[in-house]
Amino acid sequence: MGRRLLLPHTRRLMLFLRPMRYSASATATATAGSLRDPLHVCVVGSGPAGFYTAEKMLKGREGVRVDIIDRLPTPFGLVRSGVAPDHPETKIVVNQFSRVAANPRCSFFGNVTLGSDLSLSELRKTYDVVVLAYGAESDRSFGIPGEDLRGIHSAREFVWWYNGHPDMCNLAPDLTNTDSAVVLGQGNVALDVARILLRCTTELASTDIADYALDALRSSTIRKVYLVGRRGPVQAACTAKELREILGNYKMCLKNVNVYIKEADLATSPADKEEMRNSRIKRRVYELLSKAATVHQENNDNDRKELHFVFFRKPTKFLPSEDGSTVGAMELEKTLLKDDGATGKQVAVGTGEFEELKCGIVLKSIGYKSLPIEGLSFDKYRGVVPNLRGRVLSSESETATVEPGLYVVGWLKRGPTGIVATNLHCAEETVDSILEDDRKGLFTDPSGPKREGGRRAEEQA
Amino acid sequence: RRRGRRPAAGSHRFREGSEAVGSAAAMLSRISQLGARGSCARPELKSILFSTATTSSHHDEGGDDKEKISVTFVNKDGTEKTISVPVGMSMLEAAHENDIELEGACEGSLACSTCHVIVMDVKDYNKLEDPTDEENDMLDLAFGLTETSRLGCQVIAKPELDGVRLALPAATRNFAVDGFVPKPH
Repeated sequence: MGRRLLLPHTRRLMLFLRPMRYSASATATATAGSLRDPLHVCVVGSGPAGFYTAEKMLKGREGVRVDIIDRLPTPFGLVRSGVAPDHPETKIVVNQFSRVAANPRCSFFGNVTLGSDLSLSELRKTYDVVVLAYGAESDRSFGIPGEDLRGIHSAREFVWWYNGHPDMCNLAPDLTNTDSAVVLGQGNVALDVARILLRCTTELASTDIADYALDALRSSTIRKVYLVGRRGPVQAACTAKELREILGNYKMCLKNVNVYIKEADLATSPADKEEMRNSRIKRRVYELLSKAATVHQENNDNDRKELHFVFFRKPTKFLPSEDGSTVGAMELEKTLLKDDGATGKQVAVGTGEFEELKCGIVLKSIGYKSLPIEGLSFDKYRGVVPNLRGRVLSSESETATVEPGLYVVGWLKRGPTGIVATNLHCAEETVDSILEDDRKGLFTDPSGPKREGGRRAEEQA
Repeated sequence: RRRGRRPAAGSHRFREGSEAVGSAAAMLSRISQLGARGSCARPELKSILFSTATTSSHHDEGGDDKEKISVTFVNKDGTEKTISVPVGMSMLEAAHENDIELEGACEGSLACSTCHVIVMDVKDYNKLEDPTDEENDMLDLAFGLTETSRLGCQVIAKPELDGVRLALPAATRNFAVDGFVPKPH
């Protein structure tokens, strides 16, 4: 494979980046055997994983320069594009990240895409350490008939749309062809999209929701949202704060919405009770759902919208509308929980009983998926980069070796779950691995291929 | 604090007038209005953070007019730092004023769990007001949760807490793939 011709702007970028490796400073010269000074680190991705990693690298080592790159012109990843607009307190963390970027030893480069503007090998030749923090920008799918009908979107796309992400500003979901929306999944992202669909638009108007989304929601005809989960209330992935917001009656909660939960769905088996015994989160979620099921819903006048929790149903087909142009209904199969002997978890198995649920829009919120890139090992089954405490491995097999100077953090490392703060501890682990390798002298190789490759790239530029 | 950034060299393909620019600028300006470090976004919390305990009836005109208590933070590596905290200040604020590495992602708005501290003496834990539902919701998600865990932004200094010891939770958990042993390189 010949050496790729670098695009003009990338050449300029490499020139800009290159001088930093040879910049004069009091402690700059690395002699053979001593630690690299300064250590040049590139963090790919500027969400919480990337920024916490940058922060800890800056704190962890005196002589270090961190460049954070992102394919978007603006930083902060899902804090900007994933957190719901009516959750502004969750975005306060950008203040901390901004302070990191303002550090003279740190720089942010937007509009730089790994895989097209730069290849992974070029990056590894330019920097002593590369940390991949680019998250999970794709979705899990069901693989069932009708999944490509119009009107079916992943929650990620819908969330990016109302948060103004440049990739989705033209999504134009049709919110006017139906009164019923189905959300598949019962995690916090599912609750977010349900809440945004049901929230009074005057409340949304004072948030940073994208203007075009606010306009679309103002003319939305959706009055009913169904949150459909394969398993029961004990297995629902949402957490107490988000549930309280939907069920409660305090200032910022969801108003004018009747919430429907079937009492029959709340029956718990011994396995359910065991799950709750082992998890404080599940206990409190179950308590909230139980309380909500007993609330008598007033007769629904036209003013109130509806939110239905549908448990023990798994989608088997998406059915087209009458004119065949969009989705018109879903076929759902009733499920039962069975113990999966291997993992000890309870899994949903179909019972052969089916029912139909009419809807004009479906939002799939069943999980994100990371994207592989050329030159990077990837565990297709788990959707993560194989790694050992953040050190990238050459494959997921037992005979894999550690890739020198290459690390991973965040969703790309752990899988797409967790909150902003989960990345704090994830970043600590990866940075610990980097600093350990640094102390072992793994980044000093003045005569190695790295510097040679760097000089060649500079000549070509 | 500088908010506008001059475009970095890599961003000269910046799309003018794109949707992202408008909403990003709007978001950043709204976010910075939400609260600087140390203050919080919810008005009802402001009164909790800055209230003073009314235990003393005489006032020192010349000296500190706020009573102070002694608080010891125990770091993840076991090292300790003892600081003096005015009554009415939260432990999160006190930690930041004394360069103690207690995270505070949401700056005291009860929207995260990063200021999680462990009250080392259960007697001190029992002197605290019960956590609200909102605090418990955040504690649910805290790393290394214990029976005497609280959010640092919700623990307010009062005279009865003089001498309290707060531990920062041990953060690193072993994420290693089970049983994996890498080849020597």
